[in-house]
Amino acid sequence: MKTFIEQLINGLSLGSIYALIALGYTMVYGIMKLINFAHGDIYMVGAFTGFFASTYFHLGFIPSLLLAMLVSLILGVTIERVAYRPLRDKSKISILITAIGVSLLLENGGIILLSPQVRTYPQIFKQHMYSFFNGIITISNQQIVIFVVSIIMMVGLQLIIYKTKIGKAMRAVSTDPDAARLMGVNVDRTVSFTFAIGSALAAVAGVLVGIYYNSIDPLMGIMPGLKAFIAAVLGGIGIIPGAMVGGLLMGVIEALVSGYGSSLYRDGVSFAILIIILLIKPTGLFGKNIREKV
Amino acid sequence: MIKLKQILKNRFLIFLGLLAFYGIIQILLSTNILNDYYEINIVLMGINIILAVSLNLINGFTGQFSLGHAGFMSIGAYTSAIITYKLGLPFPLALLVGGVSAGIAGILIGIPSLRLKGDYLAITTLGFGEIIRVIFLNTEYVGGASGLSGIPKYTNWTWVFWMAVITVVLIRNFINSSYGRCCIAIREDETAAESMGINTTFYKTLAFTIGAFFAGIGGALYAHNFYIIQPETFNFMKSFDILTMVVLGGLGSITGSILSAIFLTFVYAVLQDYAALRMVIYSLLLIIVMLFRPEGLMGTKEFSLKKLFKKGEKSSEFTVN
Amino acid sequence: MSLLSIKDVSIDFGGIKALIDVNIELEKGSLTGLIGPNGAGKSTVFNIITGIYKPTSGKVIFDGKTISQKPYNNTKLGIARTFQNIRLFKNLTVLDNVKIAQHIHVQYGLFSSFLQYKKYLDGEKSQDKQAMDLLKIFNLDKHALNLAKNLPYGEQRRLEIARALATKPKLLLLDEPAAGMNPQETKELTDTIRFIRDKFDITILLIEHDMSLVMDLCEDIYVMNYGKIIAHGTPDEIKKNPEVIAAYLGEEDIDEKEILSIEGGA
Repeated sequence: MKTFIEQLINGLSLGSIYALIALGYTMVYGIMKLINFAHGDIYMVGAFTGFFASTYFHLGFIPSLLLAMLVSLILGVTIERVAYRPLRDKSKISILITAIGVSLLLENGGIILLSPQVRTYPQIFKQHMYSFFNGIITISNQQIVIFVVSIIMMVGLQLIIYKTKIGKAMRAVSTDPDAARLMGVNVDRTVSFTFAIGSALAAVAGVLVGIYYNSIDPLMGIMPGLKAFIAAVLGGIGIIPGAMVGGLLMGVIEALVSGYGSSLYRDGVSFAILIIILLIKPTGLFGKNIREKV
Repeated sequence: MIKLKQILKNRFLIFLGLLAFYGIIQILLSTNILNDYYEINIVLMGINIILAVSLNLINGFTGQFSLGHAGFMSIGAYTSAIITYKLGLPFPLALLVGGVSAGIAGILIGIPSLRLKGDYLAITTLGFGEIIRVIFLNTEYVGGASGLSGIPKYTNWTWVFWMAVITVVLIRNFINSSYGRCCIAIREDETAAESMGINTTFYKTLAFTIGAFFAGIGGALYAHNFYIIQPETFNFMKSFDILTMVVLGGLGSITGSILSAIFLTFVYAVLQDYAALRMVIYSLLLIIVMLFRPEGLMGTKEFSLKKLFKKGEKSSEFTVN
Repeated sequence: MSLLSIKDVSIDFGGIKALIDVNIELEKGSLTGLIGPNGAGKSTVFNIITGIYKPTSGKVIFDGKTISQKPYNNTKLGIARTFQNIRLFKNLTVLDNVKIAQHIHVQYGLFSSFLQYKKYLDGEKSQDKQAMDLLKIFNLDKHALNLAKNLPYGEQRRLEIARALATKPKLLLLDEPAAGMNPQETKELTDTIRFIRDKFDITILLIEHDMSLVMDLCEDIYVMNYGKIIAHGTPDEIKKNPEVIAAYLGEEDIDEKEILSIEGGA
């Protein structure tokens, strides 16, 4: 029971991080029907920005986080502008190939500029464990930070999407870009904004992971990127609450597989989940089926 | 209309040309004018041609975007290594078994996943590729994470050259047949293809299986060239490598894939000690090609000597379209 | 003897009844028109016949057999179609478009394709010849090696019909074949359709907005509105049918639509 709860909390922490990354995937997919392969690498850039901000500029947690968000945001918007926008009306596959290219570029560019070595993240929060119910539940202050920050981000995102004008534009573009354009929505700006929010959330995930696992490297974005994508598909791609639930589920499943089975199978299980969901219900847990018009 | 005799004559001339090319390189290698370093890279070129052309059948001609080619390659590599290294059976059998087992995996993976389209298919095949890797990673019989080492070196210029020739010829012939045209029709418009009486699921799976078969052969040649194979060699980065060759050469051009496989292997050889720089170049190639020449170097066109010599004359013998 | 009979077919799309108790009988060798205002359910009828949609109730019998839910099987049974919005293999040559459609009659196997045996060479030769003969009928033979997308609009429509015929169908379904054509092209198309019916000895069902074409061409007409067949008869009977007049007057913009389609709106 104790290990189970421990793994559950670990899983929820990891899952919150997946959820934050998955939100970016799901928003971008919702709006341009693109799997932004480079999203995991934007998360990596966010983690590194946070690392430099706190290690070399000695900024505190909040300033580092904001700086990381800003840098990733600019990066995400630039990538969309330079690499994806010119291809928006081309085949989906050409944007996908470009996205793979951007992803490889960020990873290997990262290796060249930052060196492939693993960096130790500064201990912004000195680890401290809190214990409840005679030690059945133990939770670290880092995990609490992860939960609090993730919840703030997710609530903030919901507010933006449902309470602001740009959020309304995002919903309009994701339902029907052409109709939205005819109704006077500036589609280019809305897409840029979507990339901005998604990238900023990925940066938050990057900084949180740095704090949680203490180590970062230029290739750190590959696997979490793919898993967050799986989380987005699991919840129903394009559906924001789906990404949150999917992320948490993925984190918990992974923690349980590592806790009770072999961590070597962890990645395999994630991909198995992806395949099962795509084959049985490609629209995900929260998705509705739509009929293709002939 | 070209006469049968003419066709046979052309085929004989092509065969002579290939034989001469093979012979020249073989002489250069055996007299050590081209040393071991060259041999390794020439062999690698051949393997990459096999991998790129077979992936092009799936991604370029049939339009089913797969990112799992490294998975099929690894199945060929591991099964063939088991045949020679563990069971001590002959190499030609290992090649065949490697290809067939990858082909069977192609059927098993293709049937469920090919119902999906576009990016969903891409990510599913990537997932299957990774699952294959995880299975090898957890199989002690083939060495787990540390892999199989001590595989006998059977792959050489002769094997690679003729296997590459067979791969290219068979895939080209398939493309130029009614069956291959069905695959191309699916790429162009799946609904229209289906209403022309084409069982789209069958032909997609067929192309997928043939592609997987040759990827398996490529993997088998790879395993018997490098002494050691590890699951990590066949992760999805390897699939991206092969994809880069196909995209650069042109989705739907066999000669394009051949040329870009040669070119990118050359880049690989030059930048062997700078893996990250090489990948930066690959990634920039992918992006630039998509932005400025999405059809790749060759588009869906084929390069042919005959066309070069007799400009303007239409030839139905050696062109795809 | 009837070649196709649609018996009491209804179909629901999530509560919306797209077809209600539709009954259609096509005699062998007949040339039948299916008309009706936009959204009446005409294309749905085509999608039912070709097996793309599965009827909620009722059945479709073709040549004595219940049709399959797999479109490619129905093509093999002898049903071919064209599409409202032309769906050619645009980046392939005109010849290849036709040769792809010949696939179900291909003479050589997979094995001889790989090795290009004599069987393959002979098979390709006879396919080429048959395809060229067909293209000649549609006056497209001179374009055989051009890409389909480079043909003018009217010729693309003709190529789509030629491609459908290459499957050697018993029943040909034409979905708005005259859409986007000018009166001269429409006139030529009328002649072509009549010609292929006689030459290939097939049954034709066509959906069309262009009333003059339907009245001129078809011997038998079904009129649909709101998912139901509201009238059935010869062109003269249909012209006088009060329900049909009401359905069309209710829509009023029939002329406008014709003008639009002439301007290439479609």
